[in-house]
Amino acid sequence: MTLATERATPTILELSSEEKVELDRILEENRGRPGATMVVLTLTQERLGYVSPPMQRYIADSMGIPLSHIYGVLTFYSFFRMAPIGRHKVSICLGTACYVRGGPSLVEKLQQVLGVEVGETTEDNRFTLETCRCVGACSQAPVVMIDDDVVGRVQPQDVAKALRKYE
Amino acid sequence: MAYRAHVIISGDPQQAQPVTVALLDEIGLLGLSNEIEVLAATDLTVATPSIEAIVYPDGVHYRDLTPDNARLVATEHLLKGRPVQNLMVQEQAVEPLDEPSTKEVRVVLRNVGVINPESIDDYIAQDGYAALGKVLTEMTPDGVLAELKTSALRGRGGAGFPAWMKWTFARNAPGDQKYVVCNGDEGDPGAFMNRRVLEGDPHSVLEGMAIAAYVIGATQGYLYVRAEYPIAIRTLRVAIEQAREYGLLGKDIFGTGFCFDLEVRMGAGAFVCGEETALMESVQGNRGQPRTRPPFPATSGLWGKPTNINNVETYANVPQILLNGGAWFAAMGTEKSKGTKTFAIAGKVKRTGLIEVPLGITVREIVYDVGGGVLNDKAFKAVQTGGPLGGCIPEKHLDMPVDYESLASVGSAMGSGGFIVMDEETCMVDMARFFMEFAQEESCGKCVPCRVGTRKMLDILEAICAGKGKPGDIEALETLGRSVKIGSLCGLGQGAPNPVLSMIENFREEYEAHIYDKRCPAKVCRALIEYKIDPETCIGCTRCARNCPVNAITGIARQPHVIDPEICIRCGICAQVCPVNAVSVE
Repeated sequence: MTLATERATPTILELSSEEKVELDRILEENRGRPGATMVVLTLTQERLGYVSPPMQRYIADSMGIPLSHIYGVLTFYSFFRMAPIGRHKVSICLGTACYVRGGPSLVEKLQQVLGVEVGETTEDNRFTLETCRCVGACSQAPVVMIDDDVVGRVQPQDVAKALRKYE
Repeated sequence: MAYRAHVIISGDPQQAQPVTVALLDEIGLLGLSNEIEVLAATDLTVATPSIEAIVYPDGVHYRDLTPDNARLVATEHLLKGRPVQNLMVQEQAVEPLDEPSTKEVRVVLRNVGVINPESIDDYIAQDGYAALGKVLTEMTPDGVLAELKTSALRGRGGAGFPAWMKWTFARNAPGDQKYVVCNGDEGDPGAFMNRRVLEGDPHSVLEGMAIAAYVIGATQGYLYVRAEYPIAIRTLRVAIEQAREYGLLGKDIFGTGFCFDLEVRMGAGAFVCGEETALMESVQGNRGQPRTRPPFPATSGLWGKPTNINNVETYANVPQILLNGGAWFAAMGTEKSKGTKTFAIAGKVKRTGLIEVPLGITVREIVYDVGGGVLNDKAFKAVQTGGPLGGCIPEKHLDMPVDYESLASVGSAMGSGGFIVMDEETCMVDMARFFMEFAQEESCGKCVPCRVGTRKMLDILEAICAGKGKPGDIEALETLGRSVKIGSLCGLGQGAPNPVLSMIENFREEYEAHIYDKRCPAKVCRALIEYKIDPETCIGCTRCARNCPVNAITGIARQPHVIDPEICIRCGICAQVCPVNAVSVE
């Protein structure tokens, strides 16, 4: 099983009022349903996009189950997310060809440009930064995948320009 | 309401959906909603991964539909009456392979692709719910069990436990509340038999579950379906709703006082939840970690209550058995493995897709008669059955019958029905590494031998693939494999070493070549191969040098080029771009 590598975004400490309304609705729909934990968490992610630490706490309190149980379930299943993912996914290829052609310097540059670490999402929710293994475009190394687009022969100075068209 | 025309769309449901949506949207815009009905049918073969549609009464057959050209079909054909010629299937272009092969027998798949899965009336027209009616009004639970015993139906999830025995245990177990659970967590990579049944004929599973509930005395059932199957989940929810409306689920079914209702529960991406006790933990809202058995689910399952759990295919067989009689079912198959089995054929075979064949068919018949033979007519090497927890069947067993006992006797397993064909270009060490990586990632971590053992085995396999294998590695894999098998609680740990062990048993020389000769006979493992340019053939066009991502190729124009193996990363681009095929792999 994958470990909880996702870092909780430290800025979100409180539930927004919309989140609270939606959570209340989900909890109400499932009141009395046997074994409802997974159902509630799935619906939360479906409607709110992810299950943040404040949401976890709210669900645990409302259902009268320990927060550790909620956390345990969330980290066990690979489908659950604890932090939002951005509108666009930026994955830097770190396959062998891209690695020797400067993939790592792209990681550095993108972290700097976006202001996030790998695995994190920008504050405006525009980009999530990830790395990936070979995408099979070695002749274009180094490669960055933005959503489903392959951007090849990327130099660190081109990075900002490449991101421009993804709003 | 009589419609002027019907459009039947077929293809992989996940891909067909946008086409259907676009077509319905356009039909609505054109004001034809009352004149034209669009029906969905899931097709059976995936030999042509195309979205197709047939317009009746014209009988015009379209292929390769996209949302855009579906709109074109609506405006041109449905509104103006002009069939779109360039999208139509030409008579001679229809590949005969799309027809079910003569070796196939469809029991579980009989309605898939034939009926509209979202119409309970379609299912009823195919004798749907007739078995449930017969059971509730004419048969006792013991009578049903006797019929099942005659049929000798065995669990289709992999282990092959006789269904009638499982049901009898649950029936005899004392308990005020009992449950029926359907395992729809089909997690093996490349296997999608259950998905097609759930998407194409959901009511057959509901009916089978209702019959099981009647026999064991359950009033509530759960269908656990993996989150990766959104269409199946939606189809099931529609089916359950329709069955409730018709009084086929809920209270007082067929006026007999029998009550049974169902709920769909969604997985969340954990392979181990296909294991029955882990699955029940998941339904209860917990981490999907397996429980110690005994007690078995039949006595202590969901919330500690007696529970009968079978997989999708097992339940889908039940209505047919009760309608046609156990003897009809038992007439198919071998002495100990009766009936038919669905398989998903994949890998290096000409015709990949979903098939249903009588048990006892030989491996050769599946590969060559149903599957059309090995892709590009390469040499056959082996078949992997049972997915990442199964094993391989080498060429010498090609004429072995496919049944539970025979597969187990050669170190493989029936599993849920994955059937991956491997040819001479498949490396058995790399393949074992792939399966071990999967099992390692999906190990839930509860049992130490599985959690640590799969990691250790993967480390060794990765080292062998990287050319760092050392004497003793094969023996270490064998010892570790045995320990993981006997030291794990559930099927995942007990099965995870199977691919490696069976591949070592059948292809030991390939492992030895990797370790001692630092050579990959199938030319797959990158660290053990070398790209070379034949100086006789090379015309010095410089194309390889210009395309090499690491500048490993040197040479003067019009002179033979040379690859420096120290710099080369074995990406294979040079071989792809060479106009005269001068690059070879050694």
